[in-house]
Amino acid sequence: MEKNAALFQFLCRMGDNTLVLGHRVSEWCGHAPVIEEDIALANTALDLLGQTQLWLELAGTVEGKGRSADDLAFLRDVWDFRNLLLVERPNGDFGHTLLRQFLFDAWQNIILARLTESRDQRIAEIAEKAAKEAAYHVERSSGTVIGLGDGTDESHRRMQAALDRLWPYVGEMFCGDAADQTLAAAGIAPRPEDLRSAWDAHVNAVLDAATLARPDSDFAHKGGRDGTHTEHLGYILADMQFLQRAYPGAAW
Amino acid sequence: MYAQMVKTAGHGIKPRDRMTPQERAFQDRIDAGEKIEPKDWMPDEYRATLIRQIGQHAHSEIVGQLPEGNWITRAPTLERKAILLAKVQDEAGHGLYLYSACETLGVSRDELIAMLHAGKMKYSSIFNYPTLNWADIGAVGWLVDGAAIMNQVQLQKTSYGPYARAMVRICKEESFHQRQGFSIMMKMAAGTPAQKRMAQDALNRLWFPSLMMFGPPDKDSAHTAQSMAWKIKINTNDELRQRFVDQTVPQIDYLGLERPDPDLKWNPDKADGKGGFDYSDPDWAEFFAVLKGNGPCNTDRMKARVDAWEQGAWVRDGLSAHAAKRAARSAQQTAAQ
Ligand SMILES: [Fe+2]
Ligand SMILES: [Fe+2]
Repeated sequence: MEKNAALFQFLCRMGDNTLVLGHRVSEWCGHAPVIEEDIALANTALDLLGQTQLWLELAGTVEGKGRSADDLAFLRDVWDFRNLLLVERPNGDFGHTLLRQFLFDAWQNIILARLTESRDQRIAEIAEKAAKEAAYHVERSSGTVIGLGDGTDESHRRMQAALDRLWPYVGEMFCGDAADQTLAAAGIAPRPEDLRSAWDAHVNAVLDAATLARPDSDFAHKGGRDGTHTEHLGYILADMQFLQRAYPGAAW
Repeated sequence: MYAQMVKTAGHGIKPRDRMTPQERAFQDRIDAGEKIEPKDWMPDEYRATLIRQIGQHAHSEIVGQLPEGNWITRAPTLERKAILLAKVQDEAGHGLYLYSACETLGVSRDELIAMLHAGKMKYSSIFNYPTLNWADIGAVGWLVDGAAIMNQVQLQKTSYGPYARAMVRICKEESFHQRQGFSIMMKMAAGTPAQKRMAQDALNRLWFPSLMMFGPPDKDSAHTAQSMAWKIKINTNDELRQRFVDQTVPQIDYLGLERPDPDLKWNPDKADGKGGFDYSDPDWAEFFAVLKGNGPCNTDRMKARVDAWEQGAWVRDGLSAHAAKRAARSAQQTAAQ
């Protein structure tokens, strides 16, 4: 893949992950189990939203067609979104939301640390800022997964069910393609495959402390990174893009 | 006002000569502008009234997340979404400070929440109205936070220390909320015909419910005198309502929107010749109906809060079970050493 196209694709992947996950997390607003969690979830969603702005703005610059972060977020259809399937999964119960967050945070924390060394200075700068937030997120979600995994029988059962349900969406994080190869060769971004062992080490340690059993299947649902999504993304966009679509050209 | 129609405990103001020496000393401290702190002696009725008022205020912050939360996933730009999310998060934080202030009076947050869910405590009537278009998010910040500020600024001087300090913290954030709301209104009022229509619609629907936030007219509010003597209320309902109207009408004009009440007219003779706007009374029958549970969103709001609480029980239980396990483990370790 040609380098600029690969770079645009990569930036959309990063920005769409945070956009879609931030959207999902923000759905909790006012409905969390305790006020402290409501505040913490809003914090996470805000961080993700801030990162989205940075990634998509840079994507627009790289693409060179004059599209802003808002244009990319609000005016693309499902097939142009490049997020992981994991992040568009519905919230389910609080445990399910938290486990999804944990699996993602563990990955994001690792990739952002690697991206701080990107040869593309603009990417390194965004990663620098986002890495601090991601480090906090992973610490928090890991701690809560441990607390609920090793809590009551019910909380343990719910966390295990969430883990089993979400596990098939893990593999996609580590499946590279030609665009990834191009960027890895240019020293811009790591190969997704190379992040797996650090992710496994962190996740295994947390699952262990949480007394949760790591599922032994390595089956992976894929497609999100190429624009083939689950049925859920269409509804997310219908919600998110409603005003921009219904009132084109208006300033808000 | 986030605490409206707070029933004052007791039977009206006690004349000074019928007060016990302790009560007299307490009233003297209040009259001297001293703050009452949690460990100080206070009349039972003072404590009970404060619990009702602060509790209702806290509940309002929490339930108040819902109407605005309704638009977070549909906010029209990334920036507007972030501002709204941060605002609603602030409200949750206000709820926390206020529950903490209330806990200093000897009632736990869980008990207060249980009373809310059992229908034994109330929250502000305003949050039982729906947010139907994006301009409602502007109007809520502008009018609802605006009305809340009117009330909360004076409560910074309230006699109960923890409440007064919570108000100081909260007021700083509220003025930011009001500004972001007004900024949405400016965009909408100066926008396309459809946006203008949304702005006018939001103003028309939320105007009278905002006036209701200050509670019933002074002539019908039996509880004001004692609460004012205790300085847990500094101004009367009608004083605050008038101040709000006088502040808001020029802003409506500035936005270029139509006044939502044809009787909103400048009256130079009001307030001993200082002037003020005349306005129509809100429909007080509607107000009492909403308080009784018959507002457009009462059942939805309460269901959302009760569901969140009940469906979150396993999370709260799980986390405390884990904390207990850890404490037991570390106690064991210390014993083994
Ligand atoms: Fe507030
Ligand atoms: Fe506010």
